Amino acid sequence: MIRALAAILRRDLVLGFRQGGGAAAALSFILAVLVMVPLAIGPDQNLLQRLAPGIMWLTLLLAVLLTAERIFQQDYEDGTIDALVSSPYPLELLVCCKAIAHWLGTGLPLALLSPFLALMLNIRESSIPVLLAAMILGSLSLSLLASIGGALTAGLRRGGLLVNLLILPLYVPVVVFGVSASLAETTPQGPAPSLLVLVAVALLSLAIQPLASAAALRAYLR
Amino acid sequence: MQVLANPRRFLGLANAILPWVWAATAIAFAAGLYLALIASPPDYQQGETVRIMYVHVPAASLSLAIYVLMALASAIAIIFRHPLADVAARAAAPIGATYCALALITGSLWGKPMWGTWWVWDARLTSMFVLLLLYLGYISVWQAIDDQRRAAAIARIVALVGVINVPIVKFSVEWWNSLHQPASILRAEGPAIDPSILWPLAIMALAYGLLFLSLHLTAIRNAVWSQKLKAEHLKGVSAR
Repeated sequence: MIRALAAILRRDLVLGFRQGGGAAAALSFILAVLVMVPLAIGPDQNLLQRLAPGIMWLTLLLAVLLTAERIFQQDYEDGTIDALVSSPYPLELLVCCKAIAHWLGTGLPLALLSPFLALMLNIRESSIPVLLAAMILGSLSLSLLASIGGALTAGLRRGGLLVNLLILPLYVPVVVFGVSASLAETTPQGPAPSLLVLVAVALLSLAIQPLASAAALRAYLR
Repeated sequence: MQVLANPRRFLGLANAILPWVWAATAIAFAAGLYLALIASPPDYQQGETVRIMYVHVPAASLSLAIYVLMALASAIAIIFRHPLADVAARAAAPIGATYCALALITGSLWGKPMWGTWWVWDARLTSMFVLLLLYLGYISVWQAIDDQRRAAAIARIVALVGVINVPIVKFSVEWWNSLHQPASILRAEGPAIDPSILWPLAIMALAYGLLFLSLHLTAIRNAVWSQKLKAEHLKGVSAR
């Protein structure tokens, strides 16, 4: 079974990097936004610095959301989902593996690049470690929740509209606590409480995602 | 519950009790609105503006309860495959969404004179807005998927994944420093409201609940009837 999971991981990562999708598409979107935002805000560097964590989270969120539908849409079209559902391995494990693959291919690279990207937003150097930690944790949750949305809307013609409406409410805690971790530098407790809540959200997403995605995929093949 | 699984028996029961439920709703609203708007005392701090509470609070509590009901119905659909469970969940969603929107709008109207702002992104208001989005997402699942059985399967998952928001809404005013006031009724120390205000509030809550029951039973009845019509239509088509 480990070989099956490894095969899925490798397949999704290779497909993601090869077709210019996944991390590359998300990265180009983020770069476009990060170039435009300072121009849109104007020359006030202090304002830009204060807004930098929020803007980073916003762009990460939108980038993961953009690539969310593709997780299962292509597999629905070429019949991979049929193969997954009818395989002897537990479907929950297989879809969890797909979501982790999305994280490794899209979410984690963006999170690791976030310190450099944040420099474009004039972020304070002291905020970067917290931002990095929060982004790594948050991107895991975002990828897992996005794959729930992708599974729920796989095969729908107008699925894109629905995915955003379904996933956005689930993203709210990630963004709220992600930004509060960056903003908590000056408070006495520091960023630790917010980071711990991010860990909790990531663990909860890890628990829910296999069940929800597997149930959604089975619904499409009944 | 299994007794009501037979749609015809459900129709019989619904037809029998629905007029009484509507009558009870009308009486409860008449009594509640009279007590709330006329007979109850003004607040010592807020004056007459406190009367928005009688519209705002029951709508908010009921919208939470209806979402829990939807999630429960979805769970029953998954576990027991009760034929009317999906219908019940689908019928409850628009009513719950309307109550939620009503709570947000009346809360906003109340907040402007009281807090000085139409809206603030604190924990309670944000989580209630998230609840409205969850309701709208649930309703749009039924609209977006053509195959009704698939739509039912997806909708169940959406309802169950979203139920985690309900305790967040309930405890948001305790866990965070919120502009919204903390719990005054369902607390460990008991209600903190004077009976002269608590009783009109309770009767309005009962009225909202009875209104939900009337609308819900009517909606389920409509759904069962439209299923029968479709079946008859198909029978007619195949008989030709």
